[in-house]
Amino acid sequence: MKLTLEQVEHIAELARLELTAEEKERYRQQLSAILEYAARLQSLDTSGIPPTSSVLPPRSVLREDEPRPGLPIEAVLRNAPQVEQDQFRVPPVLE
Amino acid sequence: MENHLTSLSVTQALQGLRSGDFSSRELTQAYLTRIEQLEGQVRAFITLTPERALSEADAADARYAAARRDPMQPLPPLLGLPMAIKDLLCLEGVRCTCGSRILENFVPPFTATSVQRLLDAGIVVLGKTNTDEFAMGSSTETSAYGQTRNPWNLAHVPGGSSGGSAAAVAAGMAPAATGTDTGGSVRQPAAYCGVTGIKPTYGRVSRYGLVAYGSSLDTVGAFARSAQDVALLFGCMAGADLLDATTLDVPVPDLTLSDAPDLHGLRVGVPQEYFIPGMQPTVEAAVRQAIAMLESLGATVQSVSLPHTEYALPVYYLIAPAEASANLARYDGVRYGPRQPADALWEMFRQTRGQGFGSEVKRRIMLGTYALSAGYYDAYYGQAQKVRTLIKRDFERAFEQVDVLATPVAPSTAFRLGEHSDDPLAMYLEDVFTLPTNLAGVPGLAFPVGFDPAGLPIGMQLMGPHFREDVLFRMAHAYQQVTDWHRRQPSL
Repeated sequence: MKLTLEQVEHIAELARLELTAEEKERYRQQLSAILEYAARLQSLDTSGIPPTSSVLPPRSVLREDEPRPGLPIEAVLRNAPQVEQDQFRVPPVLE
Repeated sequence: MENHLTSLSVTQALQGLRSGDFSSRELTQAYLTRIEQLEGQVRAFITLTPERALSEADAADARYAAARRDPMQPLPPLLGLPMAIKDLLCLEGVRCTCGSRILENFVPPFTATSVQRLLDAGIVVLGKTNTDEFAMGSSTETSAYGQTRNPWNLAHVPGGSSGGSAAAVAAGMAPAATGTDTGGSVRQPAAYCGVTGIKPTYGRVSRYGLVAYGSSLDTVGAFARSAQDVALLFGCMAGADLLDATTLDVPVPDLTLSDAPDLHGLRVGVPQEYFIPGMQPTVEAAVRQAIAMLESLGATVQSVSLPHTEYALPVYYLIAPAEASANLARYDGVRYGPRQPADALWEMFRQTRGQGFGSEVKRRIMLGTYALSAGYYDAYYGQAQKVRTLIKRDFERAFEQVDVLATPVAPSTAFRLGEHSDDPLAMYLEDVFTLPTNLAGVPGLAFPVGFDPAGLPIGMQLMGPHFREDVLFRMAHAYQQVTDWHRRQPSL
């Protein structure tokens, strides 16, 4: 499985990662090698085998829906790079 | 006195504290002094918390004093014991970096349940230990905060991702430490550093406050020198938690370990797939010798097969990055971490993430994003989840025949710093014997069973059925009653 530069750029865009030209080429080679290694999974017949998404027995985990205090606003905002009126401030979403 | 204090086991240190041979302040100060002496060489810590440690130690000493006046006062099991915490577990008010620049100034407003339970049991926190960035690595080399070194040979890696914790315990800079294990991150550094470490059953110890990597695989464990010490820590951390819906309310079995090294009635399985061509011959020899020792203590030994073992590596390196790509979406420069300036929101995301993450983390986010993307999902992620079922069934069948599986932890001893940095696939192969445990959710215990000719420790892994950590501790404790590998300490 050889990835193209365009594929690498598409994945980086999906993942919202700005990459340098050097990084793109390195990841193209390394991800191609890893995917080639992973291709051995295709040789296994898994028809009729259910997927495992959790090793736990399927069960329902419910608790009483009782209101309880959350973290104070100032504690939550303390780590934020930019805050305004008790909210997280971000650059414009739309031009 | 100080050197004596830092070579005590957890059990011995707690006995000394209870009988008043020394105070928690003396014990804590002895560790802080040793850290000051050795940290320049070993670099096990990202953040040290000496003032906090001494004030917690004084509080512990006050409780011991009160209990001496009034013996009815209950004393928590780890009261006054210094401990190091992996910097992937949140402790309120202390910076938690996860080894990443993207969290370099993050101070969590809450404490992980596993850490809180240890605090409730009385521990004194020495500091936060180094880790591969977001636990993605097998050598602690992907940390943005410097390279931890193996105390047995400073030119070698300590393993990873919990390399700081394992190195701290091996170097006598902490009697015990927490770790996390998503694909071997407790067991492999335990083996490389010659200490004992537990990866509990998935769902046994709460993941609340553990910064997520691969949520269906992540576990919280612990390191100390002996199985007895690790069992004590595990017992304090284990149990259901309302804040983690994947914890199960399965009672923790009695972890009192008999000092009679008798393993009669226990069946040990040796999976042939874990003795592969190309592995270091001294590793295989030491592990086979340790298995023979278990047999001489009364266990029966038989060969078993886990036929899908060879697929664990590709399954893991599709599932874990897929889960990571979703978990790490939260690092976007909005709520915490450094933000790169940009005129528009999406550009801010791209710049912040591109510059905040290191190269291994970006590689895994890319890999996981690809495995989950339209057109490739079924072939990669979907197929990996089905093969995971086959791997899980291998374990279920094996545990119909035996109580415990015994294998090497890794195919070789600790490699040199930088040896695998340019070849991610070679680095991933270091995890080949530890990944299946996480995919199946079963517990694993690593402990030292010898040294290679270069003087580097060799580790053995015991794996058991879900929620049977007690059998692993029992077996390793029996082994450690009749051997002294776990008592050896590096000369630093």
